[in-house]
Amino acid sequence: MIAEFGHFALVLALMVALVQGIVPMVGAARGDIRLMDMAPPAATVQLLLVAAAFGALMYSYIVSDFSVMNVAQNSNSLQPMLYKISGVWGNHEGSLVLWVLILALYGGMVALFGGNLPPTLKARVLAVQAIVAFGFLAFLLFTSNPFERLFPPPLDGADLNPLLQDPGLAFHPPMLYAGYVGLSTAFSFAVAALIEGKVDAAWARWVRPWTLAAWIFLTAGIALGSWWAYYELGWGGFWFWDPVENASFMPWLVATALLHSAIVVEKRDTLKSWTILLAIIGFSLSLIGTFLVRSGVLTSVHAFATDPERGVFILLLLVIAIGGSLVLFAWRAPSMQAGGLFQPVSREGGLIVNNLFMSVAALVVLIGTLTPLMVDALNLPKVSVGAPYFNIVFVPLMMPVIIAAGIGPLLAWKRGDIKGALARLKYAVLATVILTALAGWLAWGYSIGSLLGIALAAWLGTATVTEFASRIGLGRLPLRNSLRRAGGLPRSAWGMTVTHIGFAITIAGITGASLWRTESIQVMRPGDTVEVAGYEFTFGNVENLRGPNYFIERGTFTVWRDGEFYTVMEPEKRRYMVQQRETTEAAIFTTPMKDLYAVIGDKADGGAWVTRIYHSPLVPWMWIGSLMMIVGGTLSLSDRRLRVGAPSRRRAATPAAAQPAGAE
Amino acid sequence: MRRLIFVVPLVVFAGFAVATALYIFEIQRDSQRAPNIIGAGEQNKPVPEFDLPPLLDDLPGLATADFGGEVVMVNVFASWCVPCRAEHPLITRIGEEGIVPVWGINYKNKKDEAVAWLDELGNSYRRIGFDLSGRVGIEWGVYGVPETYIIDKSGRIRYKHVGPLSRNDLKETILPMIDCLNKTPQAEKCLSGS
Repeated sequence: MIAEFGHFALVLALMVALVQGIVPMVGAARGDIRLMDMAPPAATVQLLLVAAAFGALMYSYIVSDFSVMNVAQNSNSLQPMLYKISGVWGNHEGSLVLWVLILALYGGMVALFGGNLPPTLKARVLAVQAIVAFGFLAFLLFTSNPFERLFPPPLDGADLNPLLQDPGLAFHPPMLYAGYVGLSTAFSFAVAALIEGKVDAAWARWVRPWTLAAWIFLTAGIALGSWWAYYELGWGGFWFWDPVENASFMPWLVATALLHSAIVVEKRDTLKSWTILLAIIGFSLSLIGTFLVRSGVLTSVHAFATDPERGVFILLLLVIAIGGSLVLFAWRAPSMQAGGLFQPVSREGGLIVNNLFMSVAALVVLIGTLTPLMVDALNLPKVSVGAPYFNIVFVPLMMPVIIAAGIGPLLAWKRGDIKGALARLKYAVLATVILTALAGWLAWGYSIGSLLGIALAAWLGTATVTEFASRIGLGRLPLRNSLRRAGGLPRSAWGMTVTHIGFAITIAGITGASLWRTESIQVMRPGDTVEVAGYEFTFGNVENLRGPNYFIERGTFTVWRDGEFYTVMEPEKRRYMVQQRETTEAAIFTTPMKDLYAVIGDKADGGAWVTRIYHSPLVPWMWIGSLMMIVGGTLSLSDRRLRVGAPSRRRAATPAAAQPAGAE
Repeated sequence: MRRLIFVVPLVVFAGFAVATALYIFEIQRDSQRAPNIIGAGEQNKPVPEFDLPPLLDDLPGLATADFGGEVVMVNVFASWCVPCRAEHPLITRIGEEGIVPVWGINYKNKKDEAVAWLDELGNSYRRIGFDLSGRVGIEWGVYGVPETYIIDKSGRIRYKHVGPLSRNDLKETILPMIDCLNKTPQAEKCLSGS
C-alpha cells in the first residue's frame, strides 16, 4: 500500500512538473502575472509530492518490505538501521528518487526565498527547473520504477553491497547529489536569463548563492568519497582518477570557475555570456556524471546493451537538456551587451586565468574519462587512461591557477599594478622559499615534484595571509584597529581567505600523501616485525569475531618507535554473510603530521598473513584543508549581500537592478 | 563573425552526442551478435566435462553425459543463499508443470543443510549434482548463486541468468527461449528478444 502511494505521488509530481514547466513560461512571455504566480505554489506541491514518494520508499526500507523489488535487491533484515536507510540511495532507482527530491528541494527554496526576484525571471527559473524535473520523473517512472513489486516476496533481501555499508559512503551520495543538483539552479537561472535576454549584476548576485551552495556540497562530497576510498579500499590511496571520481570532479572544476566568473559579472558587469556558458556546462557535466555513473556505462561498456531502453532515454534526456540550452545560447547570447573593459593585469584578469585553466582542466579530465570508452567503441586495442596521464596533464594546469590565486586578490579591478602587488608579496615569496627549502631538507631524497607542490601550497597560503593582513592593516595600524577591521570585513572576504588557505593546505596534503608515502607489503607470521619509515610493526595474532551481518578477522600490530611502545593498531577483514564478499577495514593512526596505516590481506600458508603497511605524511592536511574550504564557502554564503529575502521582500515587484549592493 | 563563436559549444556538443549515439548503436549491434553479455565466455559452448555425485539417495546425480537430446534448465543453488529462496517457488513450478526438465547443481553446501532446505521448500529437480567443493561450479563459470542455465538439444549452453529469476525474466526471456529451442534445430536463431 505504502509503495503504491509512493508510486502515485511520483506520477502526480510528473503532472505538476508538466504544468509548472509550461504555464509560468507562457505567463512570463505574455506578461500575465496570474499565470506566472502559478510557479511558486506548483514548486511547493511538487516538493511535497516527491518528498512523500521518497518517504514511502524509505519506509519500505526501514520496515524491510521485501515485496518491493528494490528493497529485496538492496537490503537485508540483518542490516544495521543506518544502512537500511542509506540503502535507499545505494542503487539506481532509489538514487534517482533522491536526485529528484533534491531538485524539488532547490525548486521549493527558489519559490520560498525568491521573493525579491523580478517576477518574470522567477517564473522562468521555476519553469526551467520543472522541465528538468519532468525529464527525470519520466525517466524514473518509465524505465526505473523503484516501487515495483516482487511476488512471491523473498524471506530476506540480498543485502546492500558491503562496500557501501560504511558511514562515509552512507552520506557521500546525498552530498554529491546536493552538489550536482545545486548546479541545476544555476542552469535554470542561466536559461531563464537567455530567454529573458538580460544578464546584469543583480542576476549574478542571485546565481551566486546557488552555485556556492552546490560548490560546498560538491567539495564535501568529493572529500568524503576520497576519505572513504582512503580508509576502506585498503591501499592507502585517496584518489584514483577513476571515472566515478572524475564524474564528480569535473562539475567541481566548472563550479569553481563559475563561482569566480560570477564575481566578475556582479562587480564589473562583464564576462556575461561566458558565465552563462559555464552555468550550462556545469550542469551538463553533472548530468553526464549522474548518468554515466548511474547507468553503469563506465564500469561496464555493455551496460547500455543489457538495458537499451534506459540508455536511449538517458541519451535523449542529455541531448534535449544540453543541446537545447546550447542552441538557446547560440541564438540569444550574442545579443547580450558586453560590459566594462579591463586590462589583462587586473582582478578580472586573475579571475580569467582561474576560469580558463579550470575549464581546460575539466576538459582534460573529460577527455581522459571518455577516451577508453570511445576507443572501445571503435574496436581499437584497449587503452587505459590512468593516473600518469592525469598527473602529467592536470598538475601543470593547476600551477597557473594557484599562482594567480595568490596574486589576484591583491590586484585592483580594471587595471592592476603588478609591481605593487609583487612588492607587497615579497614576504610571501620569502616565506615560500624558506618553507620549500625546509621541506627539501626534511624530505631529502624524495621526488623533486614534491618540492614544487609544497612551494605552490606555501605560496598560496602565505600570499593569502599577506592579502588578508594588508586588508586589515596589520602592522600598519595599531593591533586593536586591525582586529576591528577584521571583524568588519564582509563574510565573503573571510570566506575567500579561509577557502584559499584551505586549498593551500589541501595541496600540501596531497603532495605529502602521494609523493612522500612509504609502503611495505609482506607476508608476516605472528611475532614477526617489520620496519616502515622508522616505526617497527610487530604482528600479533588474528582473532575471529562476529558483527551484525558479517564475520570479522582482526589482526593486531604493536607499533614501536626507537624501541619504545608507540601504539596498537587493529586492522580488520570482514566477510559479509549474505553477499559473501570481503571488505578491508584499515587501521589508521593519525597524528597532525602523518598517518600510519595498516591492513591485513589474505591468509598465506602456515598461519601467515599478507600485510600492507603505509606511512603517509600530511594526509590529515587534506581533510583539514577540505574542511576549511567547506567552512570558507559557508562563510561566503552567509555574506549579507547574498542573504536573499528578508530586508527587501516588500519590494519584490520593483525591478532587479534597484537592489543595493551589500557591504562591499 | 562574432556570432559564430557562440555556436562553437553547440557544435562541440553535437559532435560528442553523435559519437555517443554511434557508440551505443555499435554496442547494441554487438550485443545482438552475442546476446546476454553476462557470462559470454560460456555462451554457446558445450557444457563442461564433469561428473557430480547425487545429493539425494533417490535422485540421480549430474554429469556431462546426461546432456543432449532435450532442452533442459540447470539451476545452481545453495541453502545458504537467500535469493535462492526467493526464486525457488518459480523453479519448482517450472519443474512441476513439466515446461522443461530442471536439473540442479547444489553449490558449496553441506549435505544435511541442503537436504533439509529442499524438504522445507519443495523439490522438483529431476537430477541434482552435489558440488561440495565448488569445482564444477567454476567449470560452469558460476560467480554468484543462484544462476540458471538453459542447455539446448546438442548440449550447448544457450543462456545464462545470474541472480534470482523473476516472473518477468521467465515470461520475457526464458520461456520464449525454451520454446524456440524446442522448435528449431538451429539454436543460433533463438536469441533473446527475437
